Amino acid sequence: MTSISSARARRLPSNRLRTWAGIALFLLPAFALYVLFVIYPIAQAARFSLYDWNGLEPLTDFVGLANFERALADPVFRGAITHNALIVVLSLAIQIPFALALALMLNRRFRGRGILRLLFFAPYVIAEVITAIVATLILQPNGLADHFMTAIGLGDAYHPWLADPDTVLWALFFIITWKYFGFHMILLLAGLQGIPRELEEAAAIDGASRRQAIRYVTLPLLGPTIRVSVFLSIIGAIQLFDLVWVTTRGGPVNASNTMAVYMFDRGFVRFQFGYGSAVAVILFVLCFVLALAYQRWVLRRDTEGATTYG
Amino acid sequence: MTHRRLAALLAVIAIVLAACTGGGAATSAPTTAPGSEAPAASAPAASEAAGEPVTITWYHIQNNDPGLSLWKDLADEYMAAHPNVTIDIQVNENEAFKTKLTTLLQQGDVPDLFQTWGGGGLRQQVEAAFVKDITADIADWKDEINPTALAMYEVDGKNYGMPFDLGLVGMWYNTKTFEEAGITALPATWDEFLAAVQTLKDKGEVPIALAGKDTWTGAFYWAYLAVRECGQAGMDKAVLSGDWSDPCFVKAGEDFQKLIAMEPFQEGFLAAPWDGAGSGAAAMATYNGAIQLMGQWLPGTVQANSGEARAMGEGLGWFPFPGVTGAAGDPFDGLGGGNGFAVGKDAPPETIDFLHHLVSLDSANRWGALNSGILPTTNGSEASTTDPMLSLVLEGRAKAKFVQLYLDQATTPELGGAINEAVATLYGGDGTPQSVVDAIQAAASAQ
Repeated sequence: MTSISSARARRLPSNRLRTWAGIALFLLPAFALYVLFVIYPIAQAARFSLYDWNGLEPLTDFVGLANFERALADPVFRGAITHNALIVVLSLAIQIPFALALALMLNRRFRGRGILRLLFFAPYVIAEVITAIVATLILQPNGLADHFMTAIGLGDAYHPWLADPDTVLWALFFIITWKYFGFHMILLLAGLQGIPRELEEAAAIDGASRRQAIRYVTLPLLGPTIRVSVFLSIIGAIQLFDLVWVTTRGGPVNASNTMAVYMFDRGFVRFQFGYGSAVAVILFVLCFVLALAYQRWVLRRDTEGATTYG
Repeated sequence: MTHRRLAALLAVIAIVLAACTGGGAATSAPTTAPGSEAPAASAPAASEAAGEPVTITWYHIQNNDPGLSLWKDLADEYMAAHPNVTIDIQVNENEAFKTKLTTLLQQGDVPDLFQTWGGGGLRQQVEAAFVKDITADIADWKDEINPTALAMYEVDGKNYGMPFDLGLVGMWYNTKTFEEAGITALPATWDEFLAAVQTLKDKGEVPIALAGKDTWTGAFYWAYLAVRECGQAGMDKAVLSGDWSDPCFVKAGEDFQKLIAMEPFQEGFLAAPWDGAGSGAAAMATYNGAIQLMGQWLPGTVQANSGEARAMGEGLGWFPFPGVTGAAGDPFDGLGGGNGFAVGKDAPPETIDFLHHLVSLDSANRWGALNSGILPTTNGSEASTTDPMLSLVLEGRAKAKFVQLYLDQATTPELGGAINEAVATLYGGDGTPQSVVDAIQAAASAQ
């Protein structure tokens, strides 16, 4: 049977058929896996989110959108959203500018540049859980930070930051920044190296100061990279989980709860699979809408022309 | 692109997918088929007499020695005495077991005999009709078992599980610190306890090690005070009916607040886990905390966190949670929990006999002699435990007429989580005794 159809295909070389067959062939493996491991679980989560379900009983207790109402009314979940938002804002306001400054510095020629690049990038290579464990050991009372600050006469300034509801988010943000600034730095550095040096030289010849050259030549040309960096930073901050779960488990008293931590706790610790799924759906929709909006309005200029038609 | 290639590719994908899904089914099939087929194939009473082959699937969580070997020995001995019975032992680590069991139950592959902790988890399994009512089956020999422990595996007055271990939460303390502070009489009432905490504070000691990151440790205080204030009747009513409105629960919070107001906990306790670096156990081990309210496993945890500075139980003492003067509860009632086995709905009748073998006095004595932290619940086996620390806990357990199961196990994981979280607002946030009860009630009503 296959020999007949393939023979016919050879006899009638329809370009359109060949194109579609090619597209299907290339898409099918990825599509099958995508459906199995992405679309299907999302659909399942969406279905579970409409039930009050502990994972054991049959899925019969249909509650409509009650899980969503409950989540959005829960002060703990609202707190988690605020914490995520705060991490996003802090990342954009502090982490990215910091990484940009380092990238600009390390893009100039000087001795030890390679070693510095390596050092700054190193934290990103360490697994998130390891980072969290080491940070906990450093920051705990009688830990490295405590001993070090006492040794240099700043013992009074030590504070168990991770154990104080008022400071825990800042401590976590510090750890996040430590881990991820190197990644953004490398991204931006790669972007900087794609900018021809002649352009800055031309600006200098035209009388632009170094600062003006950066402001009016380098930064605009670095725009696409910055926008990608910002995008990754936002998505990362919204999905923040591992680091928080290992260091504080969202505590003390929910002061460092994030949406993902809340979802995991309700779903897999408290076995409220229906409710946890609802939280997961909220998180998904939020990320999805944000990603689409960002693509549509911010990354549009960068991606235009990247796709080839016809 | 030819159709032949496309067809070939599709075939490959189909094979890969079939292999993926088939693999999952293949691994679970052998564990269920023998157990569920057996009773259908043979009449219940006839199978043993006729010696027809029967397989019992047994899931337990003692995945380390000495417990792992003891369970295996007991199973081997039973199989030697009953040649027609095959025991299929499935060992899983604690957390892995919970996931595994959930998956098995969802597939309808209920093991014949499996680990349970009683309480709300068992009740959910009973309500989903996975567990066999063994009330009549064990009627002849259930007097051999500690009734306090047995009661923790009852649902609506019927037996759905058999305990083999029951531990108790109590006050562990560093004997050296107490001696140096001149505390000679161990506090028997909450007021005496608060006075002892004050004495320790005055001497510059950290009175209490608390593991605030693991909120269940802080919830022990509230739960124990609730057991004292409400008594068995009050606790049973709240746990079973979901009505937490009795004022005794607010009182428990007020009692706890008196302690919290003294700021008795170690520095950074809100981020301290119960085990590991910077933990509550490490604080106890390094004398950065004189007292810790914890289960019978604490001596081992302190030893592990002492950096080899302290041997098992070295320098530790134990006393029961103090009574509250004028409260409804008996001052010797306990808070604790342990391990037991539930029988699957389709288990072959031999399972009951095998279960009896597992909790026989002989088996219990062998468990006790291991001094592994498992405190056997078969009457008369108490003396087999020789470790001095565990013996102290057993003495406390013998006085308890009622042991409240850990609240996060007695209720559902959902409500238990809410209780732990609510109590944490007392010592870590701006919660009040009333707001704690309100939060618990809200979670209980939502179920």
